[in-house]
Amino acid sequence: MELFVAIAIGALTGCGCFLLLRGRTFAVMLGLTMLSYAVNLFIFVSGGLTTGAGAVLGASEVYADPLPQALVLTAIVIGFAMTAFLVVLAIRARAELGNDLVDGQGLAGKERK
Amino acid sequence: MTEHLVVLPIVLPALFAAILLLPMGGIRVSRRRWYSLALMTLSLLVASWLLWQHTNTPAKNYLLGNWPEPFGILLVADQLSVLMVWLTTVLAWCVCLHSTAGDDVKGAYFHPLLHFLLMGLNGAFLTGDLFNLFVFFEVLLISSYGLLIHGGGKKRVQSALHYVLLNLVGSALFLLALALLYSLLGTLHLAEMAARVRLLDPQQQWLLQSAAALLLLVFGLKAALLPLHFWLPAAYSQASASVAAMFAVMTKVGVYSLIRVFGALFAADAGALAGYGQTLLLWGGGLTMVLATVLLVAAADLKKLSAAMVLLSAGILLSAVGFGDSALTAAALLYLVHSSWIGAVWFMLAERIGQQRGTVGDRLVPGAALKQALLLGWLFALSALVVIGMPPFSGFVSKIWLLQASLPRSDAGWYVLLLLLSSLLALVALSRAGSTIFWRSRGKPIDAVQSGKTADAAIMLLLVMGFLLVVAGQWWMQYCIDAVAQLTVGGRGR
Repeated sequence: MELFVAIAIGALTGCGCFLLLRGRTFAVMLGLTMLSYAVNLFIFVSGGLTTGAGAVLGASEVYADPLPQALVLTAIVIGFAMTAFLVVLAIRARAELGNDLVDGQGLAGKERK
Repeated sequence: MTEHLVVLPIVLPALFAAILLLPMGGIRVSRRRWYSLALMTLSLLVASWLLWQHTNTPAKNYLLGNWPEPFGILLVADQLSVLMVWLTTVLAWCVCLHSTAGDDVKGAYFHPLLHFLLMGLNGAFLTGDLFNLFVFFEVLLISSYGLLIHGGGKKRVQSALHYVLLNLVGSALFLLALALLYSLLGTLHLAEMAARVRLLDPQQQWLLQSAAALLLLVFGLKAALLPLHFWLPAAYSQASASVAAMFAVMTKVGVYSLIRVFGALFAADAGALAGYGQTLLLWGGGLTMVLATVLLVAAADLKKLSAAMVLLSAGILLSAVGFGDSALTAAALLYLVHSSWIGAVWFMLAERIGQQRGTVGDRLVPGAALKQALLLGWLFALSALVVIGMPPFSGFVSKIWLLQASLPRSDAGWYVLLLLLSSLLALVALSRAGSTIFWRSRGKPIDAVQSGKTADAAIMLLLVMGFLLVVAGQWWMQYCIDAVAQLTVGGRGR
C-alpha cells in the first residue's frame, strides 16, 4: 500500500516536473496541475496510511488523523483557484503576445507570423 | 475589545475589500477612490493602535474561535509582527493616496485588490501556524497577480505570467514541506514545532533537513535570494507605479518568514540542526548584493534602477539575518522598515519623472526639461541621499547601525566592505541618473502633463515617515532590540 502510493506520487511529480520545463504555457499548466495533484496526495497521506478507519470520532474503533484531510481540502480549493487564474492569464498572454510560449519570444522567430 | 484587536488587521481589510466590490449605483470612480482611502485610514488607525498596545508588552496569543491551543487557529502578536503590520499599513495608505492620481482607473478593481493584499500581508505577519502562513501567502499572492497585470499591456502580461508560474511552483513546494513537517512533528503550530524539533529521533533528521531545504527555497523565492531572483527586476519594473511601490514590501515578507520560521525551528539550542540554512543565506545574500549593485550601475531606466535597489536591500537583509546574531538582526529590522518605504518612494518618483518627459519616459537619456523640475529635482536629491545613507536620514542611521553591529564580528569583514561599496556605487548610479535627467535636459518642458498632486503628496509623506525613524531614533532602536529579544525568548518554547 505504502509502496503503491509512493510510486503514484513519484510518477505524478516526475511527469509534472517534465511538463513544467516545456516551452508552451498549456504544457506548463498541465505540469503544474499534476504537481499539485501529487502534492495533494502527499499531504493526504502525511498523517499515515490506515484502512477501515473512520474520519469521525466515536463512529468506529480506530480513526484516521483528521488534520491532513482538512489541510488537503484547503490546498485543493486554493490550487483550483490558482489554476483557474493561470488559465485566464495564459489565454490573455496568448492574445497579447501572439503565441503561447512561456517566454513569449517564439522558437527563434519560426513561430512568428 | 482590546483583546480582539489582534484579529482586526486581517478582518477589516477583508471587509473593506468586500464593501468596495459592491456595486455602488452609479457613484463615479473619482468619488469611490476617496471611500477606499477613508477605509484605508481606518486600517491604519487600527494598526497604529496595535503598535501602541504592544510596545514593551510580552507576546500575546489570540485563539480564533477560542479553540484550545495546539488545535485552533492561532494568531501571535509580538513586537516583530506588529511592527511589520504597521509598516505595511503605512505603505498601503500612501500607495492608496498615490493611486488616486490616476493609477487606479487604468484597470478594474484596483482598490479592492489593494485591501485584499493588505489582508494577506497582515495575516502572514500575524499567524502563529505554518499552514495559515501558506494560506495567507496565497491570499497575498492572488491579489498581487491581479495587481501586477493591472493596466494590461504586452510586457506586463508576460512578466506577470512568469511571476505567477514561479509562485505557483513555490506554493507546491511549500505544501510539500508542510506535509513533510506534519508527518515528522505531528503539528504545524510554530511554537509547538520548535519544542518537538528538539525531541526528534536523530535518524529522522535528514527528513527534517529536506523539509527545511524546501522551506528555504520557498522563502528565498519570495525574498529574491540570488539564484531565485530572476522574476524581480522584470515584474517590478513592468508593474504600474502604485503597484510596484506596494511590492517593495513583498520581498520583506520572505525575509520576515525566514526570521520567524527558521529562527523558531533552528534556534541556537535546537540540537543537530541549529542554525540550519544560515551559511546559505549569508553567501546567497552577499552574492545578491553584488548582483544588485551591478544591475544598479547598469540600469537603463529609472524603474530598473528602483528594482535593483529593492534587490539590493533584500541582499543586505538576507545576509544580516544569515549571521544569526541578535544585534545584527535588530539592526536589520530598522533597515527593513527604512528600505520598504524608500523603495516605494523610488518607484513613485520614477513614474512622476517619466510622465513629464514625453516619449523619452524614465529612460536615462537627455530629454525635455521637466515641468516641475524644481519639486521633482528636490525630491530626487532627497530620496537619493536617503537611499545611499547620508546623514541625517534614515538610510544613514540604519546602515551605520548595521556596520556597528557587524564590526565586532571577525567574520563580517566582507559584509562591511560590500555594504560600503554598494552604497558608493549607488551614489555613482544615482548622481549619473540625476544629472542626466535634470541637468542635461534640452528643449522646453512639455505642457500637457498629467497633474499628480496626490502622487507628490504620497512621496513626501513617505519621506517624512522615513525621517521620523531618525527623529525618534532612540525609541525605534530600542523597539527593534526588544523585538529580537522577544523572538529568542519565544523560540525556546512556551
